[in-house]
Amino acid sequence: MTANWLVSMAYFVVAVVFILGLKAMSSPVTARRGIMWAGFAMIAATVVTFFIPGLHNIGLMVLAIVLGGGVAWWSGKIVKMTDMPQMVAVYNGMGGGAAAGIAAIELVRGVEHSAMVSTLMVLGAIIGSVAFSGSCVAFAKLQGLMNKAIRLPQQNTINFFLTLLTFGLGLTIGYADEPSLFGIALFFLLALALGTVLVLPIGGADMPVVISLLNAFTGLAVGFKGFVLGIPALIVAGIVVGASGMLLTQLMAKAMNRPIRNIIFTPLTGAAAEGGEGPQGTMREVSATDAAALMRFGSKVIIVPGYGMAVAGAQHKVWEMTKLLEDAGVEVKFAIHPVAGRMPGHMNVLLAEAGVPYDKIFDLDEINDEFAQADVALVIGANDVVNPVARTDKTSPIYGMPILNADMARDVIVIKRGRGAGYSGIENALFFKENCSMLYGSAQEAVAEITAQIKAMEG
Amino acid sequence: MDGFTALYVFMLAAFTGYEVISRVPVILHTPLMSGSNFVHGVVLVGAMIALGHADPNDPLQLTIGFFAVLLGAANAAGGYIVTERMLGMFKAGDKKKEGGAQ
Repeated sequence: MTANWLVSMAYFVVAVVFILGLKAMSSPVTARRGIMWAGFAMIAATVVTFFIPGLHNIGLMVLAIVLGGGVAWWSGKIVKMTDMPQMVAVYNGMGGGAAAGIAAIELVRGVEHSAMVSTLMVLGAIIGSVAFSGSCVAFAKLQGLMNKAIRLPQQNTINFFLTLLTFGLGLTIGYADEPSLFGIALFFLLALALGTVLVLPIGGADMPVVISLLNAFTGLAVGFKGFVLGIPALIVAGIVVGASGMLLTQLMAKAMNRPIRNIIFTPLTGAAAEGGEGPQGTMREVSATDAAALMRFGSKVIIVPGYGMAVAGAQHKVWEMTKLLEDAGVEVKFAIHPVAGRMPGHMNVLLAEAGVPYDKIFDLDEINDEFAQADVALVIGANDVVNPVARTDKTSPIYGMPILNADMARDVIVIKRGRGAGYSGIENALFFKENCSMLYGSAQEAVAEITAQIKAMEG
Repeated sequence: MDGFTALYVFMLAAFTGYEVISRVPVILHTPLMSGSNFVHGVVLVGAMIALGHADPNDPLQLTIGFFAVLLGAANAAGGYIVTERMLGMFKAGDKKKEGGAQ
């Protein structure tokens, strides 16, 4: 048995464990086990790689692993739960960058490959670069560094020709015997630009789907690198992630009722929303005392948490208020829209962090019929997911998106920072309805005040 | 690997990926995306091999290789810790639920 045989065998086991790990991660009961298996497999794969005979630059390699791994581990450890989505985007972009880097080395070295492998290498380089720059833009958007959706004139035409140009140049240098350094650099610059212009015009509300799509892209890029380097484990892990990522992207897009095609080619823009007839009327304000009384003396309250609650870190306060209401005999339930927070499942994680038990959390299909029987629907920092326009106004960009029927409750109280429109830039017709009143302020303070008022009522 | 074997591997892996997560509940979408993000961190292995074959006397190859390994390692380490933390929340939730049932 040679060292190479042992390494190949180890890679095989690693690939199997990755698949089993992903499988385990798709069920809540086994999910933690799944990520741990995958973690061990990753360590094993990294360690055995050092035993491949004939590798140079080992010192540099160790340095890069310690540096990259260390910084990423530390940043992942300290990041707030609400900022998780953009961290996933960052790490994903790095994977794409690594895949592109592999291609860059192969091109610079001028290794001879068959036509098929060369093509895959160029494809992987493009997809990896797109994932890298696209993820950087996605991060900037979610982090709030870049608020406007920037749309170039003739966006789709530019995208098309840029894609064509990048592929053309890529194949030219991929098939060349000795590609020029200038050509290689230009190729990667074009690919990076492509990723940037693809993601730039997409609004923040669609970002989860985009991150998921870029995640699938990176998987594919990694798989293609597996073909280039001749490592089947990379092929299997990369393609499995690519395929499951595509499916996950579809599931997310379906939950938001935004076909992927529309997200990429006709992004939601604030301008489109402003152009249409916005809902008119006046918004009524309500005091924390009245809000407290409405809930305390009601019999059923449904809470609709949104991203506003998450950024204010108000989930613990909300749970405290819930317990008070329950002690007073009020039935309290949480209604979670599929894309509440910034990503499907994100809000569940945040509520779980605050200690809210699962049996109080309901998803859209389970709870939508109950709003009609509720005395109060308390909307905390959510907006687009309760906008009835999605049901009625065919011209609205969010028309057809499934929404929570908060407007059906006897009273609707909306806690909101200010009067602005939602994340998608669309005015919310709910706020102008007669049974709806607004409580302005940060979720944290508003809920704390309501809680204090409820306590005072217990006297 | 010849062309057709590669094609078959590609096809089977794609089906596996599709099948493996086809019944995932909505609450696991984000953690699972993060988890699959971690799995493609195996690109680290590819980057290590690419750097290992790079010419030790060519600073350009070494620089690219260094950053490829760095990014790959960051993808793997960051992807793991973020996924672990997200799924850790679920454990906390389960405990509370058991406590409440008593």
